[in-house]
Amino acid sequence: MKSLAELAAIKEKMKQNATMREDGKSATRIVVGMATCGIAAGARTIINAVTAELAKKDLEHVTLAQTGCIGMCRLEPIMDVIVPGQDPVTYVHLTPEKVTKIINDHVINGNIVQEYTIGAYEDK
Amino acid sequence: MMNELSLNILDIAQNSIAAEATLVEIDVEEDSSTDRITIRVRDNGRGMSEDFLKAAQNPFVTTRTTRKIGLGISFLKEAAEITGGTFELKSELGIGTTVTATFVMSHIDRQPVGNLTETVITLVTLNTEIDFIVRYRVNENEFMFSTQEVKVLLSENASLNSPSVVVFLTEYVNEHIKSLSGEGK
Repeated sequence: MKSLAELAAIKEKMKQNATMREDGKSATRIVVGMATCGIAAGARTIINAVTAELAKKDLEHVTLAQTGCIGMCRLEPIMDVIVPGQDPVTYVHLTPEKVTKIINDHVINGNIVQEYTIGAYEDK
Repeated sequence: MMNELSLNILDIAQNSIAAEATLVEIDVEEDSSTDRITIRVRDNGRGMSEDFLKAAQNPFVTTRTTRKIGLGISFLKEAAEITGGTFELKSELGIGTTVTATFVMSHIDRQPVGNLTETVITLVTLNTEIDFIVRYRVNENEFMFSTQEVKVLLSENASLNSPSVVVFLTEYVNEHIKSLSGEGK
């Protein structure tokens, strides 16, 4: 059974990584809708998928936050990817598979996944 | 409508966050001798006035300004009462709010406890400034998780929302919850 004492090793490892990462690059933010509509549509699974993917890709500098209902309940789960200096991009009808692609293409490589954005949805 | 008790908990706790609570306590108790599951979410947020407290169980009452409808409390109340259980909302301005729902465990319409780990981790990692104390009890066995306890062990570089810390805590909480052998996986 795991014990909280194991956090000491994680802390030590991250201390070393942090010194390597101090290149002044400001952080990308990911914001997930967590109102009743978002939760009912699966936002919790999306949060989990984002965290797992960030850990897997060692993206410790990306921050994850929540927001309320933005009035587009039918498009939940929704998340915004906010890269500093660029317009926020809103992704809708998310699934864990879409999250993986968005983190790889957009967060890591800077290419917006147009087909999953709210703009693409509204054009349909 | 939510389809597991843990999703209801996640949603109810959002109200505590909106009420600017600094401490949120979540209890889930499965008791086979009384055939009941009890869920309690208690916060030290701003609380509600007596008038608003009465009105809050009406789905057409909300503090939200985008639309005049709020379903969170109604969902949980309905989910509890449909099993023959009970629902109670207590609140005091400036003191905090406690939501308690009981469910008849063996009732066919009782929602599964569901993924309590995901609910806890989501709350904890998205609200690092709030302290959470979670107690999960199955009959006489209990697992307690306190972010106050975890924060002492962390640092600026390794915080409650650092992905590698989150992954560890997910495994930690999940293992302990599963070991209590209830259905709350």
